[in-house]
Amino acid sequence: MMKVTKRKLIATTLSGALLALASSMVPNTATHAADGGELVLGMGYSPPSLNPAVQSGFGAGVPGTQIFASPLRYDEDWNPQPYLAKSWNFSDDGLTLTLDLVDNAKFHDGEPVKASDVVFSINAVKANHPFKTMLAAVDNVEAEGDHKVIITLKHKHPALLLAMSPILLPVMPEHIYGDGQELKTHPRNLTDVVGSGPFVFKEFVADQHIILEKNPDFFMEGRPKLDRLVFKIVRDRSNMLLSMQRGDIHYNSYTSLTLRDIKRIQGSEDLVATDKGYAGVGPLSWVAFNTKREPWTDKRVRQAIAYAIDKNFIVNTMQLGLSRRATGPIADGSPFYTPDVPNYDYDPDKAMALLDEAGLKPDGDGVRMNITIDWIPGSTEFGKNVGEAIKAQLKKIGVNATVRSLPDFGSWIGQIAGTNDYDLSMESVFNWGDPVIGVHRTYVTSNIRKGVPFSNTSLYSNPRVDELANMAALETDQEKRKALYAEFQKIITEDVPLHFLHVVPYYTVHSKKLGGLPEGIWGSMAPFDRAHWLE
Amino acid sequence: MRNKLLLAVGLVASVVVLNFFLIRLAPGDPALTLAGQAGGASEETLASIRQIYGLDKPLWQQFFIYFGKMLTGDLGNSYYFNLPVVDIILERVFPTLLLVLSSLFISVGLGTFLGVLAARNPHGPLGYFVTLFSLTGYSIPTFWLGQMLLIGLAWYWPYFPVGGMSNFGTEGGIARVLDVAHHLVLPSFSLGLAFMAQYSRVSRASMLEVLDSDYIRTARAKGAAEHSILFVHALRNAVLPVITLAGLQLGQILSGAVLVEAVFDWPGLGRLAFDSILRRDYPTILGILFASAVMVVVINLATDLVYRWVDPRIRTSGGH
Repeated sequence: MMKVTKRKLIATTLSGALLALASSMVPNTATHAADGGELVLGMGYSPPSLNPAVQSGFGAGVPGTQIFASPLRYDEDWNPQPYLAKSWNFSDDGLTLTLDLVDNAKFHDGEPVKASDVVFSINAVKANHPFKTMLAAVDNVEAEGDHKVIITLKHKHPALLLAMSPILLPVMPEHIYGDGQELKTHPRNLTDVVGSGPFVFKEFVADQHIILEKNPDFFMEGRPKLDRLVFKIVRDRSNMLLSMQRGDIHYNSYTSLTLRDIKRIQGSEDLVATDKGYAGVGPLSWVAFNTKREPWTDKRVRQAIAYAIDKNFIVNTMQLGLSRRATGPIADGSPFYTPDVPNYDYDPDKAMALLDEAGLKPDGDGVRMNITIDWIPGSTEFGKNVGEAIKAQLKKIGVNATVRSLPDFGSWIGQIAGTNDYDLSMESVFNWGDPVIGVHRTYVTSNIRKGVPFSNTSLYSNPRVDELANMAALETDQEKRKALYAEFQKIITEDVPLHFLHVVPYYTVHSKKLGGLPEGIWGSMAPFDRAHWLE
Repeated sequence: MRNKLLLAVGLVASVVVLNFFLIRLAPGDPALTLAGQAGGASEETLASIRQIYGLDKPLWQQFFIYFGKMLTGDLGNSYYFNLPVVDIILERVFPTLLLVLSSLFISVGLGTFLGVLAARNPHGPLGYFVTLFSLTGYSIPTFWLGQMLLIGLAWYWPYFPVGGMSNFGTEGGIARVLDVAHHLVLPSFSLGLAFMAQYSRVSRASMLEVLDSDYIRTARAKGAAEHSILFVHALRNAVLPVITLAGLQLGQILSGAVLVEAVFDWPGLGRLAFDSILRRDYPTILGILFASAVMVVVINLATDLVYRWVDPRIRTSGGH
């Protein structure tokens, strides 16, 4: 028998391990066929829930809309398209909506999708979703048989169809989510999630990855094309860029990269960066004023700050021309947007004249006032950096600003929504499709609610704005509605409770070898059922 | 040893009590954070969140509920993920231990080896090289080194993965072990380098002192081989300060792991701690601090045992 010494054994084991390690170091150069294959999506954030019924935002929205289907989906021109509902019909008085459901849809556990599940989901979303105005007009929902749903409204609600999108109304199986447990903390929101969408939940590992697999029983024939979606959570922006350049990650939306990275990618052979797919969310960055605190109670002071901020510098220099100016409370991708509003082009002389008029004259050191600028922690590029630029610009008109860095999101919300102890706050907030859902909340008097995040935290109140919002929320004639929102936008930009800076420059970066990606109004917060690898 | 064990239990209990109250002194309301992350909430929803997580109860009551559950092994549910904290932490303990222990292995093993080589000829080129290497290693910030290693060895020469602990779909067995080892190389080297420098300095100084002893002279006079004198006779005595340093520095390596885990997306406790603080996830933060305290205490006790094993004089004198 051969004698194996301890030294020989260690040497053999080590060399074997090193050889095997070296062989595993060969870079991955796998190719993909047109149908099937795996798509790795990079996410810069680990979602606390995969169920869009209880959680808004893209963290839950991108994977959640793959797992859950919804009555309707939207194309890039804001037109509703059939999804679980093959047709839909409003009554003549606009107070009843009837949905006719497809009859071949199944949940991932094999149970059929029935009208009662849609009824359950509408009621559950109404009760649990953070956007209360979305379904507040719904008076009653009933199932008629297994494939018909009748929704009765308290009053006309033009935002109702949009609220049937996958990101806003996931259809959940009642037999799982209606088991009596609290929906917000339901264990099946994050593990063993069951919907009827194109991909089936396979695995969730907190802060690491989410794996979804093709739903072989998806109700739309021939879809999905891909076998597997892997969401890789990469917190570090440099790692995200390296992983995308290496081809380890094929898709990233909501820009987990810096704008400088986007610029670099625009010249890449393998990757493409596009700003399509963000019209629905309508992401705006603004600086909010605490309108109930001196001297911001005076409209002239707010307007002075607006004139003193050089938006072109922010957009063209700081953001490398990758963003656009925002002019008012409604994002420019919305059908209700109007550019016909006061613009506040950079004019420091006018700003100083307004401050003089408001009685804020410079002291011996040339200082008119000392103020604070807060920003949402975590948004350094669009919050802190822009805040610092504004600080420098305000100095030119004699306003001494301190950019305050609060330790975390919770502290910021406490300061802005809890104690209202602030002067200016840099914020990025979404429109969420219809103004009723994501715009009114920031301006209407009824939404001034202490301690409630993303409410009317600038404490702005204008009876005409409230009236216009109420009228527009009920108006089903699109042209009349546009006119109401045009006046709404004009008054708000004139009053300046917030000063609009720029559209958040979100970009989707993906491999050029991908086709059929969702580029409707909800972009990546819509099903990837048509996504495929090109030959 | 019994006294040390009692002291360790007391220490862990104090860490739990202090952390529970200290963390609540920090600004920010977890209910508001949760509501903000969900996209907003009404007053009723905020009240319901506070009620679900017991945040509406007085602080002392929250403490006794927490402590009582803890004694049964229940660290509560994460406010953020709504999953049991024990499960979340257990998933992360192994990656962190793997990273910390492999860094420790690199830093102690290589550091001591370099120290011994430098001590053999302190004024020769090797001695100066080790001194320079130590100074450089000690001066380079860990996160910067991590970034440079990534750019160099994961991008320009893509031999190593960018981040994470393993590739998706790697099945179990040897392939999985090698995959994890492949992912471990850059983070453990980043973390180990700064500490390696310290060990090489300490072991060099200690070796120089020991090499000057009578018993080494005797060994040389007996004709013992040079490598045997260095690595058997001298190192056994010279390694004691290195072990002491290793035990003491474990806490520092754990702190360093936070940065390395962030740079390399290593799914360990450090990154979880960082994220949980930003998420105001009290149960998870407390759980991590508890787990870290236990790890530090256990490893300090282990250091004591190793000390006794290496130096029989301590064993026989009762360990004081």
